[in-house]
Amino acid sequence: MTIDIAILDRPLIADELRRTLPLIPDCGGYVSFEGHIRNINHGKGVLRLEYETYDALAVKELGRIAAEAAERFRLKFVRALHRKGRLEIGEPAVIVQVLSRHRGEAFDGCRYVIDELKARVPIWKKEFYDDGTSSWTQCHHDHKG
Amino acid sequence: MKSTVGIRYFAVLRDAAGKASEDIPLEAGQSAGQLFTMLAERYEFPLTQADVRFAVNDEFTSKDHILNGGDTLVFIPPVSGG
Repeated sequence: MTIDIAILDRPLIADELRRTLPLIPDCGGYVSFEGHIRNINHGKGVLRLEYETYDALAVKELGRIAAEAAERFRLKFVRALHRKGRLEIGEPAVIVQVLSRHRGEAFDGCRYVIDELKARVPIWKKEFYDDGTSSWTQCHHDHKG
Repeated sequence: MKSTVGIRYFAVLRDAAGKASEDIPLEAGQSAGQLFTMLAERYEFPLTQADVRFAVNDEFTSKDHILNGGDTLVFIPPVSGG
């Protein structure tokens, strides 16, 4: 089982990450998730945003989440990368990739990683709006649906 | 020599404190939660103790964690990654 975790201040290139997936012969299921920067949040126009990260603990917690997912869903490979710093609309902020024997565990495992990341990893998002204001989002709503 | 604890501020708390880190004099037996209460008053944090999680030396812990000189303490506002 391989885990690849990082908080990065350079762009996440999805094609490149797809190309560098390991070949694991007994894995038939590959699922990935990309979270992109959206231009609207709670009805306000978003121009760009900045992620601040507590790197030392973020990497530890992300590693724990990946290990939990690997064990629960029998994943053979988990990669979870998150950006920090300034991001523009449309850019990927987070990419999760998982490999498992079958598709069901791959779907569930990928979902677990992104849901737990959003709930537990010390990363904060500051949104800059088209009305000139900005704010740290403190969203307690459940967007799992 | 008086002992100190290093505090790191993130996100909304960094804005409120106006700084990313500082050293605070530590009294024997002080807990992470007690320091939060003191600093929340000093900087008018927009969060209560119930809103934050605590980390000491880069590991999650509870508000009741008793600090030692040289520790690094972080108050973790509600997270918003992803």
